[in-house]
Amino acid sequence: MSRSLRVNPIACEAHGMCVELLPELITADPWGYPIIAPGPVPGHLLPLARRAVAACPTLALLLDQNE
Amino acid sequence: MSAARAMRAAGPARRVLPPNGLPRLIPPDGPLPLADHIGRYGPAPFQAGDLITVVEQAGLTGRGGASFPAGRKMRTVAQAGRKAGPLRGSGGTIVVANGAESEPASGKDRLLLTRAPHLVLDGIALAAEAVGAARGYLTVDERQDELALHLAAAIGERERAGQNWVPVQILGVPARYVASQETAVISQLNGGAAKPAFVPPRPFEKGAHGRPTLVQNVETLAHIALIARFGADWFRDLGPAPAGVPGPGAGPAAGSALITVSGAVNRPGVYEIALGMPVGELISWAGGPSERPQAFLAGGYFGGWLPYDQALDVPVSDPALRAAGAALGSGVLVLLPESACGLAETAWIAGFLATQSAGQCGPCVNGLPALAGMLEQLAFGRADRQALGWAQRLVTLVTRRGACHLPDGAAAFVASALATFADEIRQHAAAGPCSRVRRRPVLPAPGYVWGQWK
Repeated sequence: MSRSLRVNPIACEAHGMCVELLPELITADPWGYPIIAPGPVPGHLLPLARRAVAACPTLALLLDQNE
Repeated sequence: MSAARAMRAAGPARRVLPPNGLPRLIPPDGPLPLADHIGRYGPAPFQAGDLITVVEQAGLTGRGGASFPAGRKMRTVAQAGRKAGPLRGSGGTIVVANGAESEPASGKDRLLLTRAPHLVLDGIALAAEAVGAARGYLTVDERQDELALHLAAAIGERERAGQNWVPVQILGVPARYVASQETAVISQLNGGAAKPAFVPPRPFEKGAHGRPTLVQNVETLAHIALIARFGADWFRDLGPAPAGVPGPGAGPAAGSALITVSGAVNRPGVYEIALGMPVGELISWAGGPSERPQAFLAGGYFGGWLPYDQALDVPVSDPALRAAGAALGSGVLVLLPESACGLAETAWIAGFLATQSAGQCGPCVNGLPALAGMLEQLAFGRADRQALGWAQRLVTLVTRRGACHLPDGAAAFVASALATFADEIRQHAAAGPCSRVRRRPVLPAPGYVWGQWK
């Protein structure tokens, strides 16, 4: 079962933690809001993805289970 | 439906025949009092079989903008309702009929609610029975007091006649573009602000009062009221046959639809057409162009621009309009005259849409004003390669970045303008803004003044 990252755009306040912690999959737009690379999170990045989710100050970053 | 019930209600001398041809939804002599409504269409056929399957077979799609299959949505809500079970004694699902019509160039929902309120109320009751809902809401633009009173009178008429099968409450929705979006209506019903919410949970899972909720446009519900009476085959008797399928219309382009035609036509107004009618024919229905035309806007501000001569043969249906680069949306067609500047019109609406943001999502709050600024530069300032590149980049940057589809709609609208008005951009770049930019905009943007997005 694969997992994907998703942002709740209402909760996100562009603190930028996820961009710092997971630049492999998350970049910032011109205003600092995260842009997530499409597709499932590669297995070797899952621990980093979990850490980025945990570090988000507004709990806006989500790691979804794909069906 | 039960013919016996129809005969009883309408009197023995009258038989109820399905409406032949058009119009189906809007009686020319409406609004009809309840007794005349029942006389014409027959009573709402409750328990006349599996309505959801019939709606699926009819191929009815939502007429609020997204063209989502109506039967599939009903089935999902019904299933979610069974799964949720009764909660604290208030079991069941909820039906929300969306008549707020926040698309500025659209007038069809208001016309339908004014002229055929009982068809919409029948649709609410029938859909409620099909999905297991014990109550319904009907949303209208909160500024339209008269319409709300008219609908309250129609509901009162049904109560007095003992025909108000499902209690329906009228809800005034703020006059903001995104306030009538599904999750925004749910949020308002739950006591919050009329702003879009992050999904999931989607309304069909957890909507009004935490119950699975069916949100359908009022026109969709009026179609359901007729499909319940006259069947899927009757509904599909209008509309084109998809490629390779013999017989009358089926699939996503079936049935009739209400289209609001405006701009440079001699007889602007709401027209009920068989889906699949070519754009050019609809323009003829609307009296033809009132001045030299240059482009169409199809689908409203979530739709797109199409060049006039290339679009005349395009069928008015969501699949065909999407293939051409626009959409059916809520059934809006605006004819842009050559005396207007397509870039200025697009800048005008890009600015309007920027002011319509609910202010919740960063990419929308920042991106839509940036997009509006870049369009104003293309129309009124230096339409150079750099400005065009920025506009294209912003289109990509805001798409699918919000909780609702406002940024996606604004981006698609601008992207279609950059393609349709490519020649104008080159002319503006070579010779500066054209003289037509000073014309009063053709497209409606209620309450908006130039530069208000700043």
